[in-house]
Amino acid sequence: MSLTHYLMVSAILFSISVVGIIINRKNVITLLMCIELMLLAVNTNFIAFSRYLNDEVGQIFVFFILTVAAAEAAIGLAILVVLFRSNKDIDVEDLRELKG
Amino acid sequence: MTAEQIVFYLFATLAIASALGVVMVRNSVQAVLCLVLTFFSMAALWMLLEAEFLAIALVLVYVGAVMVLFLFVVMMLDVDFASLKQGFTRYVPLGVLVAAGLLIGLYWVLRGEVFGLEMMPEPNKHGAEHSNVEVLGKLLYTDYFYAFEVAGVILLVAIVAAISLTFRGRRERRGQSVPMQHRASKDERLHIVKMDAEVAEFEDQQIDQDSDNTGKGKKKQKSKAKAKPKTQTKGESS
Repeated sequence: MSLTHYLMVSAILFSISVVGIIINRKNVITLLMCIELMLLAVNTNFIAFSRYLNDEVGQIFVFFILTVAAAEAAIGLAILVVLFRSNKDIDVEDLRELKG
Repeated sequence: MTAEQIVFYLFATLAIASALGVVMVRNSVQAVLCLVLTFFSMAALWMLLEAEFLAIALVLVYVGAVMVLFLFVVMMLDVDFASLKQGFTRYVPLGVLVAAGLLIGLYWVLRGEVFGLEMMPEPNKHGAEHSNVEVLGKLLYTDYFYAFEVAGVILLVAIVAAISLTFRGRRERRGQSVPMQHRASKDERLHIVKMDAEVAEFEDQQIDQDSDNTGKGKKKQKSKAKAKPKTQTKGESS
């Protein structure tokens, strides 16, 4: 398997998640899931390059990206729960007010 | 076709198909489960890339914690998911256009002449004695130790933020409420009472009473203070 194979798989995953963010205008949960999918594609790139360049530092990067992504998902879902409590809905199009 | 190729194509198709499922499926619970499948198949690809520790971490941390959190939130929120998918097809042409452009551009960058086997030959496979965890641990606890500690702080911040955002109990703290301060008017702050002038005789009585009270108190204190030295002198004289 060449490096191109792995990079193309992650490129396809990334494009799919971009499509998901564009076509989905209603559900915040799907947006968060598409962001997770994007991070997965980026991590796959890092790991593939780390393998083919024989440099393990790329995997350290993936480790930190996973940590930050976990924190981001936790805070994002907490904000989602608070949003649902105040709006009774998680429609993306309703999110244009800056009132607390 | 070697075994490695079979495994690669199997899990790559599985990952792409389930990623499509994440975007297309109507039910949000099914979308989360599709994402779990994507993570599993990508973990298999990471195994092929000899990143064993991260593949296991992806399954344990992501599927075991983050996706379960997603599933928990999706099931806990009482959202009408059918209505959330209305107007779903309106942006599909735009999305497909953007994705096609992105894919063509990425393919041009990543094509076989640039990153193929001729340019990037496949590295030798590590033997059974090679430990991925050991290599990562040595890097993580030496060169990247400060980053590792910062990652711990980030997780702590995430814990505090998530709890403080969703906490619904009584908050045991006294603080100023800025909106209430802005809303306060002069009438609430200053209260002017209209009343008749006081009679002078009444004031005199009040003062007399006050002076009487203080005088008695002082006398009592004085007598108490004097009592002790008296007993002492008595004891000494006898």
